[in-house]
Amino acid sequence: MSRRQAVIVGAYNTPQARVLPGETSDSVTLAAIKGALGNAGLTVADVDGLNVLSGLNYRGGADAFGYALGIPWFWTGGFVPSPGAVVEAAAAIERGVCDTVVLASGQAGVYTDRASVAPWARTPNEFIECWGLMTPAEWSLSAQQYMHRFSVAPEKIAYISSVIRNNGARNPEAIYYGRGPYTVEDVLSSRLIASPYRLLDCATVSEGGSAVVMTTAERAADLDVPAVKVLGGAYDSWGPTYTHPSTYERVAMWGRKAADAAFGQAGISRDDVDLFELYDNFSWEIVRYFEALRYCEVGEGPDFVANGAIELGGRYPIVTDGGTMSHSHTGESQRLQRVVQAVRQLRGDSAANQVEAEIALVVVIGEVLLLGA
Amino acid sequence: MPASSAPQATPLEVSVPHDAGSSVTRPVPVPTPLSAPFWAACRENRLLVQRCDACGAHIFTPQEFCRACHATSLTWVESAGRGHIVTFTVIGRPQTPAFETPYVVAVVELEEGYEMITNIVGGPAEDVRIGDAVRVRFIPVTDEITLPCFEVVP
Repeated sequence: MSRRQAVIVGAYNTPQARVLPGETSDSVTLAAIKGALGNAGLTVADVDGLNVLSGLNYRGGADAFGYALGIPWFWTGGFVPSPGAVVEAAAAIERGVCDTVVLASGQAGVYTDRASVAPWARTPNEFIECWGLMTPAEWSLSAQQYMHRFSVAPEKIAYISSVIRNNGARNPEAIYYGRGPYTVEDVLSSRLIASPYRLLDCATVSEGGSAVVMTTAERAADLDVPAVKVLGGAYDSWGPTYTHPSTYERVAMWGRKAADAAFGQAGISRDDVDLFELYDNFSWEIVRYFEALRYCEVGEGPDFVANGAIELGGRYPIVTDGGTMSHSHTGESQRLQRVVQAVRQLRGDSAANQVEAEIALVVVIGEVLLLGA
Repeated sequence: MPASSAPQATPLEVSVPHDAGSSVTRPVPVPTPLSAPFWAACRENRLLVQRCDACGAHIFTPQEFCRACHATSLTWVESAGRGHIVTFTVIGRPQTPAFETPYVVAVVELEEGYEMITNIVGGPAEDVRIGDAVRVRFIPVTDEITLPCFEVVP
């Protein structure tokens, strides 16, 4: 019996906006599911696996949607829909647990109190929330420590934000389409959020849904769309999120173990990757990824990304849809957006900023996924 | 966001004057059976930490067993409340309007060798530096809860 190969055959973002009037988390999640299945040329009747996160319902989204969609029996993934969830679903498909899986996430109408940071950025932990340590502050701690340790000029980190936002400015599907171009000075003069991060270093907050459809290479051969292969993937944790101090020592190498595993599975080297769809929740994270994933030595990241290396046409193009900073960040479905964008690039149907790419590296924090055209 | 963030009990709330509406209050810790001794001592202006009876490691936040040797016998002991700033952030966009900006959130390493997240208080935010020596300064926020903040040692 030949080995089953998991592939991605559908990838779809619903329209994204700062606010989607009249939509709910369920309505945009359903729209994403329908869109991704339509993109693949499949229907709900083909689906026997689900991983769904609607809004902030972290438990039971797949169960609820599977029932609501009238699917009689189905596998459910346990991960938040993300690159890690693709790895999990690929394992299920390749072991014959299920054949066709939809991963979907969406959010609308959740963030209404704009005087405060978004509800998912305020974790109710007795040793976190009382200090006003919302998400941007949490993530700033390691960046601040790194920049101090390696005497990094703020301009070098602001450059990353400008590159990502300028990718989004060219993307008609980005919520900040046409907003830009941004210079390093624009980033540095935007208002302080949590030092070292300023407004333009941070993810935006918006609404929308995203989904991908996975199946076997055998099933994909009957479809009219190119199948994108899951070459390898893994995920790391260092502990519960928003609980212990996220110092540089704790987070610096987040994803290294996963990347080593993913490249080992794929049988390819770092140099084989053409496209880098990295999670850009905050600008310095891009530096961290290139260091943790062994693209450069620790401390060299700011110079590694400089001078166009991460721009379109550079050797390491990143976040080609504009990412969480410019394309969309809904609270959770932005994790799947990295997969959607990598798939679209590999198929040659990116909405903008198309690059020549055979292999894409998708990274969301500690989750690493290698996709091949 | 955590995949595992189940909804927790509604926090006790303390009213803080602000302009954004009376419903916005600064969140106050809700002690658990595990953390109750820590918060009870804070109310008496004492900073406690768990120490492992087997290997002597100091453990924070409160745990059921030692992270270093996995022994299950931990004893609450008093910390000297002195340490230094490992890293920090000056916040310009508050978590909620209940927080007055700028405020400083920091990771402090105590002399006993464990780390805490806290607020640095008592001086201008722009003067805070990584490596600064700090000491605990207790700030009561409700009858039940006193927060162990830190201030820079001049």
